[in-house]
Amino acid sequence: MTHHSLLRQITDYANRANPYPLYKELHNTPVLHEEDGGPYLVSSYWDILSLLHDPRISSDAANLAAAGADEMGGVAETGLPPSFIRQDPPEHDRLRRIANRPFGPPHSPRKIDSMRGELAGIVSGLIDGFGQARQIDVVDQFAYPFPVTVICRLLGVPREDEPRFHTWVEPIVAGLDPDTGKDDAERRRGAQEARMQLGMYLAQLVEQRSKEPTGDMLSELVTSHGPDGPMTTMEVLSTAVLLLIAGHETTVNLITNGMLTLLRHPEYLERLRNDPGLVVGIVEELLRYEPPVQLVPQRTCIADIEVRGTTIPKGSKIWLVLAAGNRDPERFTDPDRFDPDRKDIQHLGFGSGIHSCFGAPLARLEAQIALSELARRLDNPRLVKDPPPYRQNAVLRGPRHLLVDFDALRP
Amino acid sequence: MTADDHLAWLRCEGRIVIVGASLAGLRAAETLRAEGFTGSLTMIGDEPYEPYDRPPLSKAVLLGKASARHTALPRRRDVDAKWRLGVAATGLDLSAQRVRLADEDEVEYDRLLIATGVRARPWPKEAEAQLDGVFVLRTRDDAVGLEQRLRASPRRVLVIGAGFTGSEIASACREQGIAVTVAERGGAPLVGALGGVIGAVAAVLHRENGVDLRTGVTVTALEGDPAGRVRSAHLSDGAVIETDVVVVALGATRNTEWLTGSGLGAGPRGIACDAGCRAFDFRGIVTDDVYVAGDVARSPHPLFGYQFLSLEHWGNAVSQAEVAAHNMISASADRRPHMWVPAFWSSQFGVNIKSVGVPPMGEEIMITQGSLAERRFVGVYGYQGRVIAAVSFDNTRWLDFYQRQIETAAPFPVESPTVDRRPEGRRPIPSDFPDPSLPSHGPTVTLSGYSPADRRLVFSPARR
Amino acid sequence: MRLVVDLNRCQGYAQCAFLAPDVFAMHGEESLVYNPRPDDEQREQVTRAVAACPVQAITAEGLDDAADPPAWACQEASHDC
Repeated sequence: MTHHSLLRQITDYANRANPYPLYKELHNTPVLHEEDGGPYLVSSYWDILSLLHDPRISSDAANLAAAGADEMGGVAETGLPPSFIRQDPPEHDRLRRIANRPFGPPHSPRKIDSMRGELAGIVSGLIDGFGQARQIDVVDQFAYPFPVTVICRLLGVPREDEPRFHTWVEPIVAGLDPDTGKDDAERRRGAQEARMQLGMYLAQLVEQRSKEPTGDMLSELVTSHGPDGPMTTMEVLSTAVLLLIAGHETTVNLITNGMLTLLRHPEYLERLRNDPGLVVGIVEELLRYEPPVQLVPQRTCIADIEVRGTTIPKGSKIWLVLAAGNRDPERFTDPDRFDPDRKDIQHLGFGSGIHSCFGAPLARLEAQIALSELARRLDNPRLVKDPPPYRQNAVLRGPRHLLVDFDALRP
Repeated sequence: MTADDHLAWLRCEGRIVIVGASLAGLRAAETLRAEGFTGSLTMIGDEPYEPYDRPPLSKAVLLGKASARHTALPRRRDVDAKWRLGVAATGLDLSAQRVRLADEDEVEYDRLLIATGVRARPWPKEAEAQLDGVFVLRTRDDAVGLEQRLRASPRRVLVIGAGFTGSEIASACREQGIAVTVAERGGAPLVGALGGVIGAVAAVLHRENGVDLRTGVTVTALEGDPAGRVRSAHLSDGAVIETDVVVVALGATRNTEWLTGSGLGAGPRGIACDAGCRAFDFRGIVTDDVYVAGDVARSPHPLFGYQFLSLEHWGNAVSQAEVAAHNMISASADRRPHMWVPAFWSSQFGVNIKSVGVPPMGEEIMITQGSLAERRFVGVYGYQGRVIAAVSFDNTRWLDFYQRQIETAAPFPVESPTVDRRPEGRRPIPSDFPDPSLPSHGPTVTLSGYSPADRRLVFSPARR
Repeated sequence: MRLVVDLNRCQGYAQCAFLAPDVFAMHGEESLVYNPRPDDEQREQVTRAVAACPVQAITAEGLDDAADPPAWACQEASHDC
């Protein structure tokens, strides 16, 4: 029996492939506080849902920094203001409204729906690109390039620049990993540096678009004339950084976790092949069963709050373990079973409340198209290695590679 | 037959009659079948249509996004009922367990559910109410008529009463570029439901959207042309409004007249029932075979001092119907109380208004998030040191939190900090409800009884 | 198809309006308006919208061609009878 705290076991890479037994243990202590100055881990479905709607919980970077919970730092350190996920209302609401204008209803109700054909085309192209190979890496050859291409087109970032921005995205995403390990300060500096570099790269694009708008989101953000007015250039940059990263670093996990789960449950893969409509239920169940964002580590409370008899003092760090809430036996029957036929599936995969996932409709559509096409076109796909190697990150959790053998590529 | 045997017999072969074939009636019927009732089920409705949804009639329908003829409610399951539509119930014989119908027919029951709801209060002067172009808006037929008239480019629409329905109608008119005057007896729109502080915000919404809002006035007369079409309206301040469509939105009347003389505890305030939805007779004795649900019911609520509440809320109709249906075919130990926290929504001028709890009980209000001036906020109502209700304008995602505050009787004023708290929200201010005994468009929650435990309250329902 | 949305539950996440824009629309930032009787060709979109609603507020009838309203049968209660 080790004496490592549950928190450390969750962040420990050794447990990345299967953290679910740890989450199950969390349920024994719905509000877990193991270390002085450490976070309060909340793991029950109803408590997480309440806290996501609790106005005493803040996402504001300044409050988080005071609580020691914000690895991304504030304006002074990076030169970029915090993006809207690290702000509270009214600023959060204003920025999100402006960002939503070129993205969704009421202003752009058909934007995502109209991309279906384009998404299907990208997916077909990637699968055709497998060529004569009978083994592929689902991550590198499909689940990563697909959402990258989509978010690049949506924002108006040149796809061929991916190798460039990828070198900045990696340290930024690593900065989101709440690994409590040693080189914390260095990692944080690296993330800040990378965020500034990425911001500078995007600044050139934004400048071009402000002169010659091209109809993409960058152009729309910088020329927005809605009731909230335009964003400042700095706000456009931090929003663009957020959307670029969130637009692919989470979807890659949703698609890869999805394919992995289907390969582990071949009966559903078979059913999906015969009935593409099933993908809707499959993706919702995946968002519950293997959510691409496992936990929300960036919240703090601005008052003492009581959760299940435990008082969380004002200014504490709070981690909302979405993936544990999604498998809370008080909420879901047989929570550890992958069951796309589940009727009752109000999962926390996209969070809830004002910070619920901005890109959820796009992610859903991407995952639906990606998984149904993989199921349709790969003949007899088999997992090469189970479990596959995972990415370091405990928050954005997913396989780094997913090798799959198959017999033939269907047309 | 033992009680158990009787219940088993009832569930398999009993006769259940539901009077009222709208939302509550339908959901009750579905619940009965879902819970295993296999006996005969009769649905009686005065309108000739199968159950349809009413909220779209003053919103999506008037905006041209839905058809008034096509709002029939989806079924959760087959209810296998005998439908008696287009035939009103006209009487009830409690001892013979019989419902009398307008076509002289009679239907016998072993269990009866009354869900007859409310109807729009008509313009009180009958001759004026008959003028062509004078409408109320409650039913599908009302909506078909009004929609048609609005599409014919009226010069001006006059809406009498600025409650939720009246405000929604005015909003839909403005959105289609139709000139509209709203005449409201109170000091502002929505005052009866949400108080004067929020009413002032609603007034700004009306005016910013081009509504000619007249408050503190009543309509004294409607005038027609020789062909019997409405031409103008006279206001109590002497003004004359030239108009060719008048919508009377003065709240609702409970459909209980058919129960006069039946011995049931039914009257203009509704039908009193216990927390398990069993109707009281006029002596205050609870019946065991007559149940009530939906807008026509008034029942005691533990969260609000066991006051009798009458709720004209969509969600209440669903929830109370489910509880009533369950209790109708359950042994007494298995029955459930109806403890739904009042909640409603309205959509007007592009703003989503939602509320939980009982705002008219609120003595004071605090804007705990956002700002009145920005029309995005959460307001919390306090009553005797506790949170009793909350209202949001375009801020619905926070309301769950406030509902729990109400359910747990959290202290008021709200001292703990909240995100987006502005200086204006640090202190409570009087919520400024009008004297409830004065007539207005009517609240959506009516406190229609007094708790024996709390004699300090002197609430009387609006317009009685 | 018939639809009704429980607008007490609805919190304006707009997933339905993204996925079935011919049936559901946002009216302002938070209010939803919808067509309660969409055409049959909207079935796939409505299915996606119903599944995606984060608060499961949409009740639909007629989504599956096969089973209209789920058949009520005496068998399920027969043990009582």
